[in-house]
Amino acid sequence: MSGRLSLALAAGATVATLLFCTAPAAAQPVTPPAHYANVQLADPAKEASAKALMETLRCLVCQGQSIADSDADMAADMRALVRERIARGETPASVRDWLVSRYGDYVTYDPPLSGLTWPLWLAPIALLAIGAWIARSSFRRRTR
Amino acid sequence: MKRFALWAPLAIFALLFAVVASGLFRPADKVVRSAMVGKPLPDFALPAMVPGKPGLTSASFKGGQPRLLNVFASWCVPCIAEAPHLMRLKTMGIPIDAIAIRDTTPAIAGFLRRNGDPYARIGSDTASRVQLALGSSGVPETFVVDGRGIVVKQIIGDIREDNIGEIVQAVREAR
Repeated sequence: MSGRLSLALAAGATVATLLFCTAPAAAQPVTPPAHYANVQLADPAKEASAKALMETLRCLVCQGQSIADSDADMAADMRALVRERIARGETPASVRDWLVSRYGDYVTYDPPLSGLTWPLWLAPIALLAIGAWIARSSFRRRTR
Repeated sequence: MKRFALWAPLAIFALLFAVVASGLFRPADKVVRSAMVGKPLPDFALPAMVPGKPGLTSASFKGGQPRLLNVFASWCVPCIAEAPHLMRLKTMGIPIDAIAIRDTTPAIAGFLRRNGDPYARIGSDTASRVQLALGSSGVPETFVVDGRGIVVKQIIGDIREDNIGEIVQAVREAR
């Protein structure tokens, strides 16, 4: 009886493993990534400027990461695009503008100053001013 | 002044609490929309993906009739789910073209055999170049393009039953 029970348990565990542990069919492109997705440019200066740009571009799939850090297929495609355009002599700013014109400011980690983003730029200055004001009044109190 | 100083920390706390609570109850919209809606399609010319069906160029969207541009792939699971809805849109007389992302001819041929083939043309985008130029951030996505080649609408994710109405309406308005 106990033998049959343990057999049933084992079978149940196997079914559970199969049900919950098998990975879903991988949704990955069937073609390999473009050459420059994971290969550096031959010119070190160009590679450095491409890398610096990639670190300030957001991966659209895994949205907390830059395309330099991300392992997503789309990030690989974007890295290849950045390297090819830099290799062709485009400036990092124009590559960034090209992507912003496709995806909006969301794609860049270096947001331009606009009607929507001005608090980002103004808030630190305002906070510093408030801090200075508080410090000044508390110092004045102490000297009295 | 003293009374203000007494209540200020509580007021600041209440403000922060409100900010955090609103983020909790209304999570941020993480969908990345294309900035190309309202703009002309980028210029592209993609080779044919399957034999017997032409490739896709941006020029073919300037024929005066609105068309759907479906971004899909054989390796994309939700693309299977939207296939019957695309077939339905086709039977309603809406022409559909497609861009296959990083795919191979046998894989796409198999996909079309299994899930139906609603496409007039299929272009092969082997390095996602045109996808990036379109501001598309994944598969599947569908663009409604008017007869002059201007993108009028983007549907992100698989087309569902309840998207059909809005697509038909967008196509009608684009005529």
